[in-house]
Amino acid sequence: MTMFAPTRTSFDLPPSVSTNVASYDWMYNFIWWFSMIFWVVITVVMVYWAFKYKRKAGDKRIPTGHYPVLETAWTVLPVFFIIWLFHAGFTDYLKNAMAADDAMEVRVTGQKWLWTFTYPNGRSEPNHLTVPVGKQVKFIISAQDVLHSFYLPEARIKKDAVPGMYTMLSFTPTVLGDTPVYCAEYCGAPEGNAAPALEGAPLGGHSAMMAWVHVVPQADFDKMMAEGPKRPDGLTEAQWGSKLYKDNACMTCHSVDGSKATGPTWKGMFGQPVALNGSLSGGMDSAVVDENYVRESILKPNAKVVAGFSPVMPPYTLSDKQIDALIAYMKTLK
Amino acid sequence: MGAAVTTAPGHHDGEHADPAGSYLENTHSLFKTHKGVLGWVGTLDHKRIGVMYLVAVLTAFLLGGVLALLVRAELFTPGRTIMDAKTYNQIFTLHGVVMVFLVIIPSVPAALGNFVLPIMLGARDVAFPKLNLASFYIYVLGAVFAVYSMIKGSVDTGWTFYTPYSTTTNQAVIAMVLGAFTMGFSSILTGVNFLVTIHKMRAQGQSWGRLPLFIWGMYATAVMQILATPVLAITLLLLIAERTLDIGIFDPHKGGDPVLFQHFFWFYSHPAVYIMIVPGMAIVNELIATFSHRSIMGYKAVAMSSLALALLGFLVWGHHMFTSGQSEFANTIFSALTFLVAIPSGVKIFNWVATLYKSSVSMASPMLYAFAFIFQFTVGGLTGLFLATLATDIHLHDTYFVVAHFHYVMVGGTIFGFIGGVHYWWPKMTGKLYNETTAKVAFWLAFAGYNTTFLSQFVMGSRGMPRRYYDYLPEFQIFHQVSTIGAFVLALGLFIMAGMFLKSLRSGAKSPRNPWNSAGYEWQTATPPPLSNFVEPPVFARGPYDYHLASDEELASD
Ligand SMILES: [Cu+2]
Ligand SMILES: [Cu+2]
Repeated sequence: MTMFAPTRTSFDLPPSVSTNVASYDWMYNFIWWFSMIFWVVITVVMVYWAFKYKRKAGDKRIPTGHYPVLETAWTVLPVFFIIWLFHAGFTDYLKNAMAADDAMEVRVTGQKWLWTFTYPNGRSEPNHLTVPVGKQVKFIISAQDVLHSFYLPEARIKKDAVPGMYTMLSFTPTVLGDTPVYCAEYCGAPEGNAAPALEGAPLGGHSAMMAWVHVVPQADFDKMMAEGPKRPDGLTEAQWGSKLYKDNACMTCHSVDGSKATGPTWKGMFGQPVALNGSLSGGMDSAVVDENYVRESILKPNAKVVAGFSPVMPPYTLSDKQIDALIAYMKTLK
Repeated sequence: MGAAVTTAPGHHDGEHADPAGSYLENTHSLFKTHKGVLGWVGTLDHKRIGVMYLVAVLTAFLLGGVLALLVRAELFTPGRTIMDAKTYNQIFTLHGVVMVFLVIIPSVPAALGNFVLPIMLGARDVAFPKLNLASFYIYVLGAVFAVYSMIKGSVDTGWTFYTPYSTTTNQAVIAMVLGAFTMGFSSILTGVNFLVTIHKMRAQGQSWGRLPLFIWGMYATAVMQILATPVLAITLLLLIAERTLDIGIFDPHKGGDPVLFQHFFWFYSHPAVYIMIVPGMAIVNELIATFSHRSIMGYKAVAMSSLALALLGFLVWGHHMFTSGQSEFANTIFSALTFLVAIPSGVKIFNWVATLYKSSVSMASPMLYAFAFIFQFTVGGLTGLFLATLATDIHLHDTYFVVAHFHYVMVGGTIFGFIGGVHYWWPKMTGKLYNETTAKVAFWLAFAGYNTTFLSQFVMGSRGMPRRYYDYLPEFQIFHQVSTIGAFVLALGLFIMAGMFLKSLRSGAKSPRNPWNSAGYEWQTATPPPLSNFVEPPVFARGPYDYHLASDEELASD
């Protein structure tokens, strides 16, 4: 995939990729300069007077003066300033809190430690979202397990992903290329330093919960939607399964080398009987890990829970072809 | 012009000396003996309780500071530097809990406030000495819970304990939450004690219009402690109930609401921010008055601005939740209300700086901390504008910008104010002087290190670096490294300062009664003060900042 980053135009703000950024950045820069001038003036005056009125022999102890006009001015005048600032920030904020009726709706689901994007046609993909340039996107956001926060720094937008609730955010991308998504609400870390779901992302669960939004021309987007998810060229079925295992962050909980983790290891699991936690599995004490078992465990993970593990896996929305590929991969893990 | 404080300073001559001697030699105690360790652990004297709090707070500060250095060391390079991700999460959680609940909240009111508040009022003690001692032991009990949860390992929720994470992660959370719950009661009891003391125990001549501004700050703080802390207690109890009884009030799968927890939590924790900063401001008033030899300009406005902050503090909690999924309407209201905070904060800064005009400034070490406070608190306040403004907050929320912002208020403000207060009242408490040159070297190191640490975090945050990240993309490395180096310079400054104070304890020169030539009431009695604070009940004939009315004898060192 092409990874070209939009260009940076300011020292302390990321590059801009969407329509709202110009006025957000204007606000930021305005407050920045206001603050800088205020801070410098306060500091210079304070230091200047501290030296000018340094205590000398024969300390005069002049009582503090009264300056009612000055005192009223610095109490009242800021009121007008903050009313204006509040209003300006509020109007800008609304731009991304609402979406037009014809915006493209994308479902965003956060879970430990990946993002899943679902397009209007039901197709879903982990950690990669492709959107057409120039079209408004409406994100409908929720979480599977704990709080996460969907953060697009280059679009200056952020919204928490909350279990049991939908939150919403919109933006209109203007620049072709790839822009990062971070998780901004603390969500924990896996045991050890498991590799992140997204290649090149930082380590550590919460900090590893990175995704990419790919902004492409409308024609490319239409072509991609028409084709549907398919096995990448040059990969076998099992290799595709191995890639899905990484992309969907299965490896944060399931090892393939027999080591212990949050979920059972996949090594040698397929085709063998496993002991179940009967009270969590509808009274069943054991099952054989076959195609149906794997399929159910992906779509409805807590229907059967292997003994010794907690029912903590969230359901995954994978297509039949993707599940087939994962099964093919599991079969290779002898 | 006669003496403004009619009780002669206790040291003056034999006939006025307190027959009981200084509080370091004598005390009231729960136990029969007043000597040695029992005279301390069972003491009912507010001064000794204040000193015990100070020792506890400084010990916790050392712990919290080491934890901060571990966090900064881990972030020095991307990937693993010294610890894995889970350990990192526990370390930053502990850093937050220790610094907020064990250090900053009790630092000024419970440690320094306990010591000087009754003396400033001309009272013999606080209104309820036994309650005062009880509050200290409740604090210790809370700290024991917190330390126990550390030993048990792995509270990794962040100091905010957000659900549902905190209800699904491991069990040590309960001990930690119980610790915070318990320390909350200590805070409430201190608040009640101070409020009654200020209302009922002011010496003759100590009118409301003459209250030292430190007392006004303590008053505002006490009101917040009493009204806000119970909400924290309720919230934490609900969290424990959620974990142990599975009641589901914050669990969406049972019809609960995780965002509700945030409302409860910030309903306490925003006022808590002011419980932390208002006392810092209160100290700065005393420092500026003493070291510029005059009253703070706009005394009434400054006093009332503390109360205004206390009131506003209850109305703005939702600004921590602009991205949480609360309604756009709520965001709008909370943004508007939050801006109001700028007014009383601005009033204080303007008045402090204006006080210097045509004054008589001494640049002694405590005053340097007051200057640093103004310099840094202004940064903290101004960066608050970015966060109150809805549009800019959305980008900066939960990034290092916020981390830097609240450290500028909590550390650059409160901790610097607190350390300034420790320098200022050190001779009063110990009867010893410290080495002024060492104090200044330590100050400049701490000042430079501190600002390096957090200015670079503002830039990182604006660039999009989220907080509570164990690892980061290479583009952020330079800022993390600058920040880590700053943190170690700050630590060096603090270690030199600690050494200086220890040396003062061992071999410091004896302090005169009034080493800073202050007109403040607490400097008009002996140093260190006698058990009863003043030899006879004092009558205050002038305000604490009326330098033009104070006699040369009162202002003299000895
Ligand atoms: Cu997350
Ligand atoms: Cu707040």
